[in-house]
Amino acid sequence: MAMLHTVNESPFETKTLESCIGLAKSGSTVLLIEDGVYAATANNSVADMIKNASGINFCVLGPDAQARGIEGKLADGIKVVDYAGFVDLVTEHDSVQAWL
Amino acid sequence: MAKKFMYVNRKPPYGTIYALESLEVVLIGAAFDQDVSLAFIGDGVYQLTKGQDTKAIGQKNFSPVYSALGDYEVTKIYIEKESLEERGLTLDDLQHLVWEDEDEDYAEKDSIRLVSRAELADVLDDQDVLLSF
Repeated sequence: MAMLHTVNESPFETKTLESCIGLAKSGSTVLLIEDGVYAATANNSVADMIKNASGINFCVLGPDAQARGIEGKLADGIKVVDYAGFVDLVTEHDSVQAWL
Repeated sequence: MAKKFMYVNRKPPYGTIYALESLEVVLIGAAFDQDVSLAFIGDGVYQLTKGQDTKAIGQKNFSPVYSALGDYEVTKIYIEKESLEERGLTLDDLQHLVWEDEDEDYAEKDSIRLVSRAELADVLDDQDVLLSF
């Protein structure tokens, strides 16, 4: 059972991403959306949390990253998807957990 | 006598309405001839990132408005250094905001003041009115 997790809050304001990573299993995908996209920038203080989450695929919603001016500053290994890609992720996974 | 007004900005743009509301209140408040400062703390520093492009999310990109603050005599913009560092950012990632000093033949001067947490604590302590967003 591969799950898709969405996180929409900044990792510097809440522990939502940490909770998500703690409960996400290998083979699952974490899609960062809205203010959640800030987690995906290189060299920030939560970069290690993402790097050490082995077996989890990290994606970021491109339109939200572009709006915030961070699309060119994303860490290595983070895949950018558009809205259609978001829909694809939903269909490719067995279930979706939105970490609100 | 003019009071010292500080607008404290702690939220990133677009995810919530706080950043835009703060900017609007600052511009309205600028008409009242007070001693105005802005502080950007925590995720608030993201309000000033360069290269914001909101076309794909269908929201108004209000980031260009910050460059007008100097014309409204809002010339003291404090950025907390530690907040930038935690986010892997430097001043180069933020807009360059300036104002023109009419007492010095309209010389262009930097509005942004990069301060440490301890220095910012003193700036906050010195204010008469704090407005939090």
